[in-house]
Amino acid sequence: MSQVRVAIVGGSGYTAGELLRLLLFHPEVEIAQVVSSSHAGQYVHSLHPNLRKLCGLRFCHPDELAACDVLFLCLPHGTAMQSIERYRSLAPVVIDLSADFRLRSPDLYARWYGQTHPQPKLLAEAVYGLPELHRQELREAALISGTGCMATAAILGLAPLYRAGLVEPRLPLVVDAKVGSSAAGATPGPGSHHPDRSGAVRSFQPTGHRHSAELIQELGALAGGTWQQTLAFSATAVELVRGVLITAQVFLNADLDERAIWRLYREAYRDEPFIRLVKERSGVYRYPEPKILAGSNYCDLGFELDASQRRLVVMAALDNLMKGAAGNAVQALNCRFGWSETLGLTFPGLHPI
Amino acid sequence: MSKLVALCPECEAEIDLQNRLVGEIVYCPDCNAELEVTNLEQPAVALAPRVEEDWGE
Repeated sequence: MSQVRVAIVGGSGYTAGELLRLLLFHPEVEIAQVVSSSHAGQYVHSLHPNLRKLCGLRFCHPDELAACDVLFLCLPHGTAMQSIERYRSLAPVVIDLSADFRLRSPDLYARWYGQTHPQPKLLAEAVYGLPELHRQELREAALISGTGCMATAAILGLAPLYRAGLVEPRLPLVVDAKVGSSAAGATPGPGSHHPDRSGAVRSFQPTGHRHSAELIQELGALAGGTWQQTLAFSATAVELVRGVLITAQVFLNADLDERAIWRLYREAYRDEPFIRLVKERSGVYRYPEPKILAGSNYCDLGFELDASQRRLVVMAALDNLMKGAAGNAVQALNCRFGWSETLGLTFPGLHPI
Repeated sequence: MSKLVALCPECEAEIDLQNRLVGEIVYCPDCNAELEVTNLEQPAVALAPRVEEDWGE
């Protein structure tokens, strides 16, 4: 079988650069075009300098975008959904890394994004692109959504508990997310100006973060119905370029010991190539830590039980550009075409870094 | 020949005791607990005594 021809729209951003880094070494994929309206004609490596001598492509103008097998959309939120019909006419499989098609419910979208979705029927058709939860649906999907980086970590960290019905819904789920600067994208702003951003530990969205909606959708579905629980999600920008660390506090509805929690997570993720349990009794890296995940597609999960309160603290770490965006999208692509899910994603990260 | 496997008392990971001796210290591959081999006929390990690390404030 010949290679699958892919194109990337919105090629100047960080997620597109990361997709290029991965797909250039993917044995089943050929990169046909990289589109950028603002950088058309320039070499791809002029914006993604790590790809010098690896990628000879130049950015093309959106009007030059031709038909291909798979189209990756790396556009700002709210952009892909405006032109989705054109994109779908060019490729039988579209993978949109923005937030435009992550939610199944138009009402949930309107509540969290403050506007009516222009393509509500497509929300029902799109598949939330998290292979660990939607592997079967991805195999037939024509429209795949990316997943929010913080949402991905939180959902993967909490999914086994909700699937097993072990969460006490009358008590809140509290999720604190710490995230690096690359999650804000490649477009600079006052908040990313180096003297202000460097060294920051900045609460940027203590309430109302849109990734909450993805937790409500995915964890609610795992719990078997409509989300009834109070969710308190807060996000803090920290001194990292790449990385997400989630610390979730959840209350259980039964008396469990740590070995039972180990059994639950081990059973849930034993066969998952990118999920690792990290909970050690000694050493430096006792719990998940994003530092050593930079560039890898792993999501590391850990926990600690406060048995006296039935309180479980779940930690989840990942690279926001990888398992939180481009790496996860490539894993979804692998699912879609029936390839090994680890194709193009075997980089184990660096240590020390 | 039956497997010579014990369960970690901390996380229930399988601990391979092949070619080990009673009293030997082994490590859990999952939670890195330091374990002492206590029985080979009925394979068993126990958490080894350890000095707590001081992680301070």
